[in-house]
Amino acid sequence: MFGKLTPEAFIHEGSQNFAVIMVVLTGIGLAALLTYFKLWKWLWKEWLTTVDPKRLGIMYIIVALLMFMKGFADAFMMRLQQALSVGDSHGFISPGHFQEIFSAHGTTMIFFVGMGVVFALMNLIVPLQIGARDVAFPFLNALGFWLFAAGAMLTVVSLAIGKFSATGWLAYPPLSGIEYSPGEGVDYWIWLVQISGVGSTISGINFLVTILKMRCPGMTWMKMPIFTWSGLCAMVLIIFAFPILTATLALLTLDRYLGMHFFTAGGGGNLMMYVNLIWAWGHPEVYILILPIFGIFSEVVPTFSEKRLFGYASMVWALVVITFLSFVVWLHHFFTMGASSNVNAFFGIMTMLIAVPTGVKIFNWLFTKFRGRIHFETPMLWFFAFVLNFTVGGMTGVLLSSPPVDFQAHNSLFLIAHFHGMVIGGVLFGFFAGFTYWFPKFTGFLLDDKLNRYAFWCWFGGFLLAFMPLYMLGFMGATRRLDHYEAATGWHPLFIVVFIGAIIILIGASIQFYGLIESIINRDKNRDTTGDPWNGRTLEWSTPSPPPVYNFAVIPTVSSVDPLWAIKRGQAPKPAETYEDIHLPVNTPLAFFIGMLAIAFGFAMTWYIFWLGAISFIGILTCVVIRLSGKDKFEIIPAEEVKKMEAARRSPASA
Amino acid sequence: MTSLTVHQTPEAHPDTSTPDPHQDTFSKTVLGFWMYLMTDCLLFGTLFATYAVLHNSTFGGPTSHEIYNLSTAFIETMILLLSSVTCGLAVLASLKNAKASVVAWLLVTFLLGATFIAFELTEFHHLIQDGHSWQKSAFLSSFFTLVGTHGTHVSVGLFWMLVLILQVFFAGITVDTFRRLVVFSMFWHFLDLIWIFIYTFVYLMGVI
Repeated sequence: MFGKLTPEAFIHEGSQNFAVIMVVLTGIGLAALLTYFKLWKWLWKEWLTTVDPKRLGIMYIIVALLMFMKGFADAFMMRLQQALSVGDSHGFISPGHFQEIFSAHGTTMIFFVGMGVVFALMNLIVPLQIGARDVAFPFLNALGFWLFAAGAMLTVVSLAIGKFSATGWLAYPPLSGIEYSPGEGVDYWIWLVQISGVGSTISGINFLVTILKMRCPGMTWMKMPIFTWSGLCAMVLIIFAFPILTATLALLTLDRYLGMHFFTAGGGGNLMMYVNLIWAWGHPEVYILILPIFGIFSEVVPTFSEKRLFGYASMVWALVVITFLSFVVWLHHFFTMGASSNVNAFFGIMTMLIAVPTGVKIFNWLFTKFRGRIHFETPMLWFFAFVLNFTVGGMTGVLLSSPPVDFQAHNSLFLIAHFHGMVIGGVLFGFFAGFTYWFPKFTGFLLDDKLNRYAFWCWFGGFLLAFMPLYMLGFMGATRRLDHYEAATGWHPLFIVVFIGAIIILIGASIQFYGLIESIINRDKNRDTTGDPWNGRTLEWSTPSPPPVYNFAVIPTVSSVDPLWAIKRGQAPKPAETYEDIHLPVNTPLAFFIGMLAIAFGFAMTWYIFWLGAISFIGILTCVVIRLSGKDKFEIIPAEEVKKMEAARRSPASA
Repeated sequence: MTSLTVHQTPEAHPDTSTPDPHQDTFSKTVLGFWMYLMTDCLLFGTLFATYAVLHNSTFGGPTSHEIYNLSTAFIETMILLLSSVTCGLAVLASLKNAKASVVAWLLVTFLLGATFIAFELTEFHHLIQDGHSWQKSAFLSSFFTLVGTHGTHVSVGLFWMLVLILQVFFAGITVDTFRRLVVFSMFWHFLDLIWIFIYTFVYLMGVI
């Protein structure tokens, strides 16, 4: 009846029980609040069934934030364990549980925090930047979000029921094969990654078509804002890379469930094929995360330097070149596999080549600032920290791209320091810059500046303390994923420094979170009534904050890269005030239903509860058929109504 | 009616007749579906690569020479190619707004597709009966997965076709059903193309 699910699945180690209780209590608390304030209907009508990209973007951020808390708790526990578990002491986490923690940390941070913030910004910014009222496929957009959320929720379920995968974030076989990991952990990992991966592919198609087809009149390729360009490149990468992930996971699934021999040691399987395939997706994946960040800084730096972006065309070409090169470097993740030296040399050289377009970008930003009027707002602080971290992380990456060096440093903490420099110093810091920059656009008020600055310095300092020593530890021979080491290694003092760094990051993140809550409560203090608090250049700043549901009452016409600046400087006419009927897609609960059924399906498959799997699969199919049988419904806002709404927000009395 | 008037019939959205890119559902859907087909193509590409790598990993089991039956595969190919023709005829009929022939051609396509699946299942059944199941060797795993994934796609297409036939039957040729028919025919032709590759790389090259 319940497949492999037994009562033992609910019994965990101490720290995990605590986490489960916290999650359950938070859930009950939230449900109680919603009931008390009678908000269920509001939640359903305005949020759960929405197809508005602005709402979906905010929901992406909420899921990413919750998952960040989980991923950070994992990281914090690992660093605490490493600070304690030396010599005779064995810390507070058993080796088996430690493996689950580092697997969960990587999975959570890449799939649900990284991808979450990328799609959040795509949803929030791209339609506004290209002067569109909507995305190409509003339903698919919502569906992409709910599949992403389903994957995230399945991760949380794995915390409470059963064990998570203990095979690292990429689950290399043969360890992840049924023979060596017979439990439910790897199956959880497979299904939650598969479900959210399908969601990412769907969202990728949606945004690619949106950017290709829905730009406003006049916005030719070379007049597209750089953030949209970077988003376009990232979406192309998604479309090329995620099918490989889907197929690879499916092959691993077949190995585990049907006894096939793709990656098994016996039966003629080839385990290195898995490593090749997973990195053929995995390397583009890291560029999916970082390219939009390049786009953010290309928006932030010119705005706060009061200059147009230096070298727009070279920036675009650099993005395109990186997009291409990211598909021909995957082998640098496993130089030690034993490919011939010529193969290794090819991939090493290709990897070094990526440093060239990336360097072009760094210099473009620096030259943008040259002789500009620089404003030291928080997004710029994140930029300075980014340049430092990203350059250090990038240079160590170039070091690692040399196969002989890689043979010495692979699997060591040196590598960990390198890629955390890229994903924290790069992706996360970039997201924070973008979050601070665009926050007023979607809420109508700014974030508390002082708290934000405190948070920044804690993050920056904490990051340096937490990760610079890892370079040294790597050279001293400390490998990744260590739950215990001997005192004679001499690593202990550095691990303590690293843990202190983690504490400072925790303080920074807490200040940030507190700052967010504080800004929401005291929102009247920091209202943005202009819609353009930073003297912005691109179309999103020409709308009010927050933008009306239709984004633009009049679809703008664009004649330069910085259309809003052109209007402000009188180089382009103001948009006419002739209103038309506006068509908007209507809300639908189907995407939400499919997401929930996907959780049931993933859970059922993980535990071999095949009747539940069949029911939820038929349920998903039914939702799809219902969706495909209806007419595309549009809600029409009449021109008169638009005119009234526009007039209401212009007159200060109603503001 | 010509094809142009069909997708510009301002039935569902009054302003499809104006050049407003934001309501251009037909061209967006077609482009979006092309993107989806490209992702599917990469998925098959991965499976083809896997097959190429594992082709000789027979692990004591049968080789491709011993188990492939070219004549069955050839019949399957012909059936699928013919179904592509009939699917195309359904689209042509829809341009003439001939509802009955659209339904009829779709039914013929459905029958051909179902026959193809029947052939494939029989082939699989024989293999398993002879002890050549996917658990036997990496080669057989990759064979069953590649061909089976194509078969799964065809089965999904069959299910989709049933839904489509009902839609056309009840709603007639509208902007919505026409768009869905075009998108379906893209899917069906794509599966045909994939099958040509399977026939060439798996069956033909497998017996050389």
